[in-house]
Amino acid sequence: MRLELLAELNAARASRRAAVVVTELPGGAQRLVQNPAGDPLEAEIRAAIRSGRSGVVEADGARWFLTAHVPAPRMVVTGAVHISQALAPMAAAVGFEVTIVDPRTAFATPERFPGVDLRAEWPDVVLPDLALDPFTAFAALTHDPKIDDPALKAALDAGCFYVGALGSRKTHASRRVRLAAAGVSEDALDRVRAPIGLPIGAASPAEIAVSILAEVIAALRRPGERIP
Amino acid sequence: MTAGPDLLSIAEEWVRAGRGVALATVVETWGSAPRPVGSHLVIDGDGRFEGSVSGGCVEGAVVAEAAEVIADGAPRVLEFGVADETAWRVGLSCGGRIRVFVEKVA
Repeated sequence: MRLELLAELNAARASRRAAVVVTELPGGAQRLVQNPAGDPLEAEIRAAIRSGRSGVVEADGARWFLTAHVPAPRMVVTGAVHISQALAPMAAAVGFEVTIVDPRTAFATPERFPGVDLRAEWPDVVLPDLALDPFTAFAALTHDPKIDDPALKAALDAGCFYVGALGSRKTHASRRVRLAAAGVSEDALDRVRAPIGLPIGAASPAEIAVSILAEVIAALRRPGERIP
Repeated sequence: MTAGPDLLSIAEEWVRAGRGVALATVVETWGSAPRPVGSHLVIDGDGRFEGSVSGGCVEGAVVAEAAEVIADGAPRVLEFGVADETAWRVGLSCGGRIRVFVEKVA
């Protein structure tokens, strides 16, 4: 591997960009792909980025090893609420870097969220710093449109791989109207999972956290499949 | 979702510090291989290494081969049957087969 290629790869990883190293086997001819469009192995590279899995592919009588480098998944949540208290440690255990945003300082206290990256700020203030991206899951859990709506819009604009919002169908219908008025497209609104979480009959805050986390994992690992 | 040292950053640092460096990568596995495809081992010209390709079963052989790769610059594909009984007794999940690509970084 050429040092320049390695340096470029490390720069991509440091800035949370997906990158795939394509290595011809056994010869070792190599290239770094950050934008698969037009690459001879475009479909295979896209699959590697989607799954995060490295592996050998065969094409045109040649064998290639694709090393997939995708950023660690993150979860950003608005609402330092009861569900988030259960969700944060569960998501961390699964490997997500978790950040909770809630400007209400009575909710966003370190005592309620020990060891969690907690931002007692309005989403408009803190989200630019967090740099939401396609490897981030976002969940809106405050029930307060003043907090959730701007964050939902930011998450959809950033192409977060998962965007979910707490609330009944009725609540979500009025949310769609508000977000549409704020300039969010119908296609983007269709990406919002609401009511949030897989339908497992979750009753307690911790059970709802399980249903949300399971839905997030499904969106990460089985993209394109709407579950159920 | 993995912890531990960042092996590719280490590889870059070592090269920039003027050390001979080889990068070994698990490219294929069969059976119950202990480390997944994509796992890296970084080796320098003095045989120092970070990371793992097999959880300890075949690192010695990879490090030895890496010295050749650093010397002549030609990449190699190595194949190992990981079925060492001692390794099995101490609890390594061996018994599979792995293919490792070793290349020079320069």
